[in-house]
Amino acid sequence: MKSHKLSILLVSGLAIAAAAACGTDDSGGSGAKASAAPAGAGPVSISVNCEPPKTNKAERATFEEDLAAFQQLNPTIKVSKVTDAFPCYDPRTFEPKLASGELETVFYVNFPNVGRLIESGQAADITPYVNEIKTFQDYNSSIDLFKKDGKVYGLPTDGYGMGLVYNKEVFTKAGLDPSSPPKTWAEVQAAAKKIAGLGPGYVGYGEYSGNNVGGWHFTASIYGRGGSVITDDGKKAAFNTPEGKAVLENLHQMRWTDNSMGSQLYIDWPALMKAMAGGKMGMMLGAPDVLISLRNDFGGKFENYAITAQPEAKALFNGGAGYMINPKATPEQIKAGLKWIEYKFLTPGKGQFDYVRAKGANLTVGQPYPDLYRADTPSGQAVNDLRTQNANIDAAQFAGWVEGSKGIPPKAEPGPYAQEIYKILDTPMSAVLTRKDANIDQLLADAESKVNSLLASKG
Amino acid sequence: MTTASIPAASGRGRQPTKLRRAVRRNVTAYGFLCGALICFAFFSWYPMVREVILSFQRTNFVDPPRWVGLENFRTVINDPAFGPAWVNTAVFTLLALLCGYGIPFVTAIVLNELRHARAYLRFVVYLPVMLPPAVSVLLFQWFYNPDYGLFNQALGLVHLPGLQWLNSTSTALISLVIVSTWMNMGSGTLIYLAALQTIPSELYEAAELDGAGLFKRIRHVTIPQTKLILLVMLLLQIVATMQVFIEPYLLTGGGPENATVSVVYLMYQYAFNFGNLNAGNALGLMLMIVLMVFSAIYLRVSRDNTV
Repeated sequence: MKSHKLSILLVSGLAIAAAAACGTDDSGGSGAKASAAPAGAGPVSISVNCEPPKTNKAERATFEEDLAAFQQLNPTIKVSKVTDAFPCYDPRTFEPKLASGELETVFYVNFPNVGRLIESGQAADITPYVNEIKTFQDYNSSIDLFKKDGKVYGLPTDGYGMGLVYNKEVFTKAGLDPSSPPKTWAEVQAAAKKIAGLGPGYVGYGEYSGNNVGGWHFTASIYGRGGSVITDDGKKAAFNTPEGKAVLENLHQMRWTDNSMGSQLYIDWPALMKAMAGGKMGMMLGAPDVLISLRNDFGGKFENYAITAQPEAKALFNGGAGYMINPKATPEQIKAGLKWIEYKFLTPGKGQFDYVRAKGANLTVGQPYPDLYRADTPSGQAVNDLRTQNANIDAAQFAGWVEGSKGIPPKAEPGPYAQEIYKILDTPMSAVLTRKDANIDQLLADAESKVNSLLASKG
Repeated sequence: MTTASIPAASGRGRQPTKLRRAVRRNVTAYGFLCGALICFAFFSWYPMVREVILSFQRTNFVDPPRWVGLENFRTVINDPAFGPAWVNTAVFTLLALLCGYGIPFVTAIVLNELRHARAYLRFVVYLPVMLPPAVSVLLFQWFYNPDYGLFNQALGLVHLPGLQWLNSTSTALISLVIVSTWMNMGSGTLIYLAALQTIPSELYEAAELDGAGLFKRIRHVTIPQTKLILLVMLLLQIVATMQVFIEPYLLTGGGPENATVSVVYLMYQYAFNFGNLNAGNALGLMLMIVLMVFSAIYLRVSRDNTV
């Protein structure tokens, strides 16, 4: 009995001691500040992420070349750590890295997560330093996504608008002219029907319906039709409108009346890409980078694909990615980090815009992205000229998109709670693609009340 | 030795001596125990304590955390997917018990009755357990394809119409149960088989002499003799199936129309897609309390019986 009590005493003591030993500072440790050098005490140390993986030899080599050149150009800056984890931004590891002080000084982020990081204070305010970036004033509206209340929290480095990706070979098989892709949704429907008529396994038009990508594509579609997902003040849902209804009705008709969408559900980003690369899908919504990804990541025949403008588009969903700075970074580190972003991603003729080098390394040149600068600015013109001079791909594959998208304004993600909203919008998307008797009015009304509740709860 | 002749003072003085003796006698055992305790403290208890704390806080891992009371719980409860997630989890657990509890037991009985190829069949039954869960799930993704999947082809052979499987709100959840049962039945079958082989053959012989057929032998010998293992497995299965995640995550994304969203899948959404780790913790705490009830019953059953 006594021995039993002793055991309990020892066990409790050890457990409490161990738990106490594990206690950490909730502010997340010193993180990047630990490596910060005081002003004037030698080089400032920063860490960066998103180095291309070892499997991508050419891109990795150019990245390392840029790192060396950057440090030579800036002897007071030392890039002490470079990570190549893929994906570059992983929501599963972001907060643990931030809490443990392992988050890089300069970190990559894709557009859907930008608003949330700003909202939650997980990115540094870089407003005082942005005017040191030579090309900052030339940015197109993609920079707006990184702004809140007049402050700047990051820089876009990769931007594009949505379009209609299609398979030229499938078009030809179906008796359609690949040089004259659909310009209206009625034409998309007609083309999809013809493609599905080629036989089993052929899908005229593919669309997402789950894991937040369904809501993401609903957003791209409603933007194209001139609608919105939330009101301008971000307080209410704004998709229960004729535009929203048209998006769902169009999909419902293609799925159930025309039978041109197949019966497979595409619930995550790679699923639809795999189907498109498989060579039996005719069309999907996508950005110009989809063509490169189909070739590089999914084994599709690059020459078979092309992209044209989103049908009847009044606004284009603005996709892309950029870089933000660790909120624990010192002012010196912020400045150094911005210098790296500027050198690697924003300077015409350098880093990602060194098209001469890219062409020499047999990397694709000529695709109309990253689209960062206004066309009438010195930076915009310089990038465009370099791209045109060094193009090594068939510009015709993108020509429809370039011409058709001219003058159509870009439209950003629906605020900091985009992912929650996309999750809610997955439901109407999956409903119209899985139920012939789907009640579109009811689906939109339900989703609207859910989004309103969500936005109200966020204040 | 009696204690009557010992003064009170020396009686109090004897306690440390007893304690020292007890410590000396068990020092090696406590040394080994320390290792396990430290591991548990670091990797189990501390995270659990932190989860409880984070459930009542709002933190961005940059600024000091704020205590927000029940705000995270309110956020989770007001989520339109909260109700469906619990209902789906409960239905999944129930269906998984009906399929994943009965089938392995029946399989074990059949294997136990076999005279030939027992080892081979045991291996075949256990084979799915050796496959990584993600591989099994992706295999079923192909089986379930409405256009060219194995299941609809099989139905076509017997002139039955194909099903929509994962694409329909009425069949998506049961489709996940089938995957789960197939993946996990090997372990259950082997445990039941081990239990069956501990039953003395004399009991069966006596039952046979009394004229009992197969079903009567199962009812009056097999089930009573394996009652404890059946009960323990039932509780363990409830705890395991209520944490269903990989099947909805990989096969359906919680759809169609939230038909397969589970509590753990919703937790994942909060923590990693919505950037709200605190709300994810709050939901995790709710699930933990529910699972603790079943765990307590399991501990009680284990304590009251010896296997």
